[in-house]
Amino acid sequence: MAKFFALTIIVIAIASAIPILRQTWPAPEDISVHGHLIDEQMSETMAEAGISFLAAQFILAIFVWKFSNRPKDARIGKFPGGAKGLVIAAFLLVGTEVLALGVFGTRAWASVYFTPPAADSMPIQVQAGQFAFYFRYPGVDGRFGPLHPTLINEANENFFGLDQTNDQDSKDDVVTAQMAIPVNREIHLLMHAKDVGHSFYVPELRVQQDFVPGLDLSIHFTATKIGKYEIVCTQLCGLGHYNMKAYLYVYSQADFDDWLKKQAALQ
Amino acid sequence: MHDVSAHAAQHHAPPQGFIRKHVFSLDHKVIGKQYYGLALLAVFVGMVLSWIMRLHLGWTNLAIPGLHLLSKNGAPGDIMTPEYYLQLMTMHGTIMVFFVLTTAPFAAFGNFFLPIQVGAEDMPFPRFNMMSFWVTFVAFLVLISSFFAGDGPTLGGWTQYAPLNAVGSVAGPGQGLGVVLWAASIAIFCVGQLLGSLNFITTTLDLRVKGMSLMRLPLTAWAWFITSCMGLTAFAVLMPACILVILDHVAGTSFFVPSNLVINDQLQPHSGGSTLLWQHLFWFFGHPEVYIAIVPGMGMVSHILITNMRRPLLSHRVIIGCMAAIAVLSYMVYGHHMFVSGMNPFSSLAFSFPTLVITIPATIIVLIWIGSLYGSKLRINTASLFALGFISMFVSGGVSGFFLAQPSIDIMLHATYFVVGHFHMVMAVAAIFGIFAGTHFWFPKMTGRMMNETLGKVHFWLSFVGTYCIFMPFHYLGIAANVRRYQAFVDDYLQPLIPVHKFITVAAIVTGVAQFIFLYNLIHSRFWGKPAPDNPWEATSLEWSTPTPPPFDNFGGKHPVVYHDPYQYGVTSSTGDYVMQASPEQVVSEHDEK
Repeated sequence: MAKFFALTIIVIAIASAIPILRQTWPAPEDISVHGHLIDEQMSETMAEAGISFLAAQFILAIFVWKFSNRPKDARIGKFPGGAKGLVIAAFLLVGTEVLALGVFGTRAWASVYFTPPAADSMPIQVQAGQFAFYFRYPGVDGRFGPLHPTLINEANENFFGLDQTNDQDSKDDVVTAQMAIPVNREIHLLMHAKDVGHSFYVPELRVQQDFVPGLDLSIHFTATKIGKYEIVCTQLCGLGHYNMKAYLYVYSQADFDDWLKKQAALQ
Repeated sequence: MHDVSAHAAQHHAPPQGFIRKHVFSLDHKVIGKQYYGLALLAVFVGMVLSWIMRLHLGWTNLAIPGLHLLSKNGAPGDIMTPEYYLQLMTMHGTIMVFFVLTTAPFAAFGNFFLPIQVGAEDMPFPRFNMMSFWVTFVAFLVLISSFFAGDGPTLGGWTQYAPLNAVGSVAGPGQGLGVVLWAASIAIFCVGQLLGSLNFITTTLDLRVKGMSLMRLPLTAWAWFITSCMGLTAFAVLMPACILVILDHVAGTSFFVPSNLVINDQLQPHSGGSTLLWQHLFWFFGHPEVYIAIVPGMGMVSHILITNMRRPLLSHRVIIGCMAAIAVLSYMVYGHHMFVSGMNPFSSLAFSFPTLVITIPATIIVLIWIGSLYGSKLRINTASLFALGFISMFVSGGVSGFFLAQPSIDIMLHATYFVVGHFHMVMAVAAIFGIFAGTHFWFPKMTGRMMNETLGKVHFWLSFVGTYCIFMPFHYLGIAANVRRYQAFVDDYLQPLIPVHKFITVAAIVTGVAQFIFLYNLIHSRFWGKPAPDNPWEATSLEWSTPTPPPFDNFGGKHPVVYHDPYQYGVTSSTGDYVMQASPEQVVSEHDEK
């Protein structure tokens, strides 16, 4: 029974590692400027966690195999180095490991959160509400008009609560249900929650940020590959949470300009 | 042995009549069994909910026969609606975290064995103890009542994030009365746990018998003591937070709702609240709660392994120190649940570092367990198999913590199935393996009968392999960015992952069915099991010095005197290779810690 247990955990440990090593279900392709830092951090962590996982399971299996059901008169053996050795080893090995992960991981975090958006980044406002995202582009004046929550009216497609009759800055704002951005241009995303908590997650962009009702936040990123990607909500927001999504279209600058013009004409 | 002082605070007369003996009992052992029974009921309810959810995730439009009986609106034609999936998911999480993982390892086993292990005849405040169980039972009934009240239970998940939890039924089914019942249930539950924690702390500090110094306490007693210290602080924060949510619903306050929220084109009548305040309050409880669930398991696994290895651990003091370090650090790490919540990004780094550091005491505990196996004389039985399974599961769930402790990686993995796999393995399955180990180990003392070993081992193998088949693939799904809390996977990039969900569903049902073997073994052995001797495992701590099952005052009107450290195994004595704590026989141990 002990040997069967030992073999079982060895088989489970190896079987668990195979899909990771073969990348059977890989992370979505990275299409962002900063994403490689997150991916590198992920790979380093996977290596360290993987070695720790396999080593612990294998040693557990070996000791259970070797030291179970021994004869009554067998002597209790002493573990070389005793508890002191293990405590020192844990402090040195795990301490170094967590220090390294902590310090190097800061680079990736800093690249997303501690660097301000570039002066020429393109502002886009995204509003999350049950159960849709809406996007607002500031138009040729480069300015967003103010929001009036009392004017929000889904039936009239006034999703943001804009007063386009009286507010000069709102007149040329372009509101869309899908998001389009030019490739290789930094986007400054201004996030606004209409009702409850939501989240903006584009795995390929290596971006995930919650919307906080009552607190407008912003993030910035640059997409490096033309294509169509999904924006999904990851903060439980109600019965339609699973279906709250939009598409992100990454266009060349020329295609983006055409798209924006068409959207402006539809307003 | 010494006579018990007649005026000891915890002294009470032998119970008379069915009601005082079995229902409103002051006896800590009966209360422990009541907690165990409640956890057993709760775990089967929680498991059936998980089956329904898993079937729905694998085959979204599958009709589950009879489901409409649970809720006509939630499952018209026996097919679950999206909102009902979320409602069941919320109930699954809440029932499992509060009424299983907190009650069984801590309140059930702790109630039964802590007083006996310190040599006391009961807890110091038996009426508080009785109240703690019945308050917890009422909390369970209040939570379950939400299935049948209004438009069903809340759908906001066991974390109940604001402002979804505070704006009322306008936000969706169950968000009115369902949330109020949820918050009331949890607030009541907190009262029960606070009363329990006070009793545990006082028992450990004040009721130890002569010779039972703190360092002579078994590791289980230490684990329950440390857990009760965490419980006292954590539940004291969650309870007022729940009361504030109720006030937002019924008293027109806005603790968690800011101004200018618009739902269904209607401006909400709230202003001035903070949504992140809820997250801070909830996770200040929530992360210590993880350790409230797992630290008793660490104590039980240590206790059971030592008995079956026939040797003490490499260090008693280091294990105690590490459990205490985990408890202290648990309050400094809670912000790792909030890396992408909108909290100040500098705070994320401040929370990340202690989260990484907490892996050091956790690693030391695992190394001490594994290192102690070296050179031991390990006895393989169902209890030791579950204890070894606990270690394997704790390691597997623990290493994924390295990823989630880092804010940069959390950008990718937050709110994905990676998190679900991580916490199910490290907190849920590991803790439940601890409960199974404890059940097989202590069942003889609790009931006077032995459990069936063959059935126990069949149950172990199916549970061990089954839980790996369920929860390891969750990690792969998370790496592939599979978002959690979705009732169906309509996104293009999630569709290729549906076959993995189907595999997990099949594994969950097979593993779940295997739990009925345990239930059968438990009930059958209770009535028809082989009669148990007083000390079937040749163990040393005080619970094995009492008759089986123990009398109402534990030691038959006497207080034992303790002469030894708790784990004197691998010695030569008149009883064999061990000497009991209450035995005056002097032996020389090779393992005395220097």
